[in-house]
Amino acid sequence: MTARLGWAPYALLLPSLAFLVVFFATPMVQAFALAFEGPTGGFGLTHVERMLRDASFRSALLTTLALVVLVIPIQFALAMAMALVINARLKGEGLWLYVYALPLGISELAAGIVWVSIFTQSGWLNSILMGLGITDRQIVWQSAETPWLLIGAVVIAEAWRATSIIMIILVAGLQSIPREFLEAADVYGATTWQKIRRVVLPMLRPSLQVALILRTILAFQVFATVVAIAGTGLDVLAEEAQRWATDIDNDNVAAAYAGLILLLSMVGTVLFLVLLPTREEHQA
Amino acid sequence: MIDNRDRWRLPALLAALMLVIVACAPAPAEVSPPADETAAATDGPGPTEAADAGEVVMISSQLNPTEEQETMRNEILADFNGTVDYIGAESGPFNDQIRAQEQAGEGEISLIGGLDGEFSAFAAEGFLTDLSDVAEDLADLNISEDYLELGRLGTDQQLYIPWMQATYIMVARNEALEYLPDGADVNDLTWDQLTEWGANIQAETGERRLGFPAGEDGLWHRWFQGFGYPAFTGGVNTTFASDAAVEMWDWLTETWQYVNPQSTTYGFMQEPLQSGEVWVAWDHVARLIGALEADPEAFTAFPVPSGPEGKAFMPVIAGLAIPTTAANPEGAKALIRYLLQPETQATTLQAVSFFPVIGTDLPADLSPGLQAEADAVAAQLAADDALPALLPVGLGDQGGAYNQVFRDAFQQIVMDGQAAAGVLDSLLPDLQAVFDASGAACWFPDPESEGPCQAG
Repeated sequence: MTARLGWAPYALLLPSLAFLVVFFATPMVQAFALAFEGPTGGFGLTHVERMLRDASFRSALLTTLALVVLVIPIQFALAMAMALVINARLKGEGLWLYVYALPLGISELAAGIVWVSIFTQSGWLNSILMGLGITDRQIVWQSAETPWLLIGAVVIAEAWRATSIIMIILVAGLQSIPREFLEAADVYGATTWQKIRRVVLPMLRPSLQVALILRTILAFQVFATVVAIAGTGLDVLAEEAQRWATDIDNDNVAAAYAGLILLLSMVGTVLFLVLLPTREEHQA
Repeated sequence: MIDNRDRWRLPALLAALMLVIVACAPAPAEVSPPADETAAATDGPGPTEAADAGEVVMISSQLNPTEEQETMRNEILADFNGTVDYIGAESGPFNDQIRAQEQAGEGEISLIGGLDGEFSAFAAEGFLTDLSDVAEDLADLNISEDYLELGRLGTDQQLYIPWMQATYIMVARNEALEYLPDGADVNDLTWDQLTEWGANIQAETGERRLGFPAGEDGLWHRWFQGFGYPAFTGGVNTTFASDAAVEMWDWLTETWQYVNPQSTTYGFMQEPLQSGEVWVAWDHVARLIGALEADPEAFTAFPVPSGPEGKAFMPVIAGLAIPTTAANPEGAKALIRYLLQPETQATTLQAVSFFPVIGTDLPADLSPGLQAEADAVAAQLAADDALPALLPVGLGDQGGAYNQVFRDAFQQIVMDGQAAAGVLDSLLPDLQAVFDASGAACWFPDPESEGPCQAG
């Protein structure tokens, strides 16, 4: 059977392979070449060193890692709850799906600007708090002098904006769990919590793995929400890469930052592949 | 001695000329909505060329914010007899696109709008064509000979034509005025009095209400380059890490406790002024006009304060140049003539608050907001201790790296609370690297240098 297929599968793979080589692999190799270019051509570490002693490097790295650590668990807890609500096939199931998926249709920057109108000193949040008599003066949420408040604002905006993509993946995963498994659990008198822990979560492992990898990679690239809400008050890696490329006009250091983001994303991916092996990987 | 006087000549003339132009602008006879005036300015036969100029691609580092780009396309360029593809660009892409076209030897860009300092780098690489014929065509508009001299960039060719000018001023909400320090004149403040003013406001209202555009899109680096450094140290680059500079940074650190902490998110100060988050702000005239136009009764525009070395401020001169590889050089020349016509210059002033560079009377009355700005600019220029500081000259693609040195210093000294002297010393090599890479000589008010400027 396979022999008769001959070259056909490879021919079908060619277009996507060509696409990946031209639009992903080549720029990636070029970016690394830029990052490790010596002062007079050849190989050198001057640009990486420049990145390391950039005034904003340390804070950008720490803030990015803090955002990853804070945002992802919140998003997973929320997405899991949302997916279970949808999968419970309540009345108006379709409505819930649309409401939850709404942020998917809004661009990152637009979401950031909407959240600015909420958090800014004369914004919605302060108006509501003052209207309710909870505070009698406008609280400055977006101040670089209270970085945790600022990170908190970004976490809320990011959680709102990017939870739905995880929910969609989890809903698909939940719907692929055969009913018989849950019915069998019912027969043995399992509680809802036991069903989630013993049946749903193990069966969801591949979906969780995909969602975690996707979300972690995206979290390392977080950009527009931070720029909109925090301005120069909070540095993240993607913002530094953009700043070096556009404002400072130094593509080499920008490429070093981009390479670092790629490296962190790869480490994250490998970590999830090792920590959350799916059944096939177990058997292998 | 003669050298020293020459050194003063150009900035002094620049300042004098701005004063004349601002003073010549007619006072408003009646208050009327700006939209009507814009329409009035473009009524009549209009400055259109006889023949269709075809398609002209124009790239500009000025009028780059989205709203200004839209105004440029829909209002300022509306009556041009031809099609203009207008591209506003940040300094990085701006330099890249022009260099890419020169290296390719051909391309779409026919007209460049930029600052004096940006053109000097292009001219040094032989990118710009001689526009002496256009300058002759425009002789009856009385563009200042000093501005045209600037546009020759030290050669005998007219490498760019002056286009429009602006500067930076202060604006306060009127309710702030009652907290002015005792005996202080809002039109002749010192930076120390500004601190006291901010302290009074905070003591009385409980809020930090001074404001600076220190956000991602803000022009905060220009405050250091054209205001803080010259006012406190009498220089910028040669005094970067001096004792006087440390005093300036100590002043800023002390003042920051009265500055709204949300300033690190502000791009244009007109918005926080209008919302009342900020009561006293410094910014570019084009980024304050929104507040002054929306409610002229609520705001006061006034000159920037003085420091120990004088009332330093930065005049901004934008120009127009044609690259040697222009696809449509004749169309670009037609567009230059169009942009310099009195009607177009008036529209530019009304629409984006960049002041004219031509000597003829303006056909339109100024709206109250613009009049307030014009008065503040005139008072700033006329101050006894006025010290005009030039925009960076000859940095080319190092302009962004130059700005970054000042922003890094701000981040480390004011935001992170590190000692100014140590931070400034540690940034000196970065500043020197900018001059070594670009070969830029020192510019006023630093003393002239043989070869690249030496940071000190």
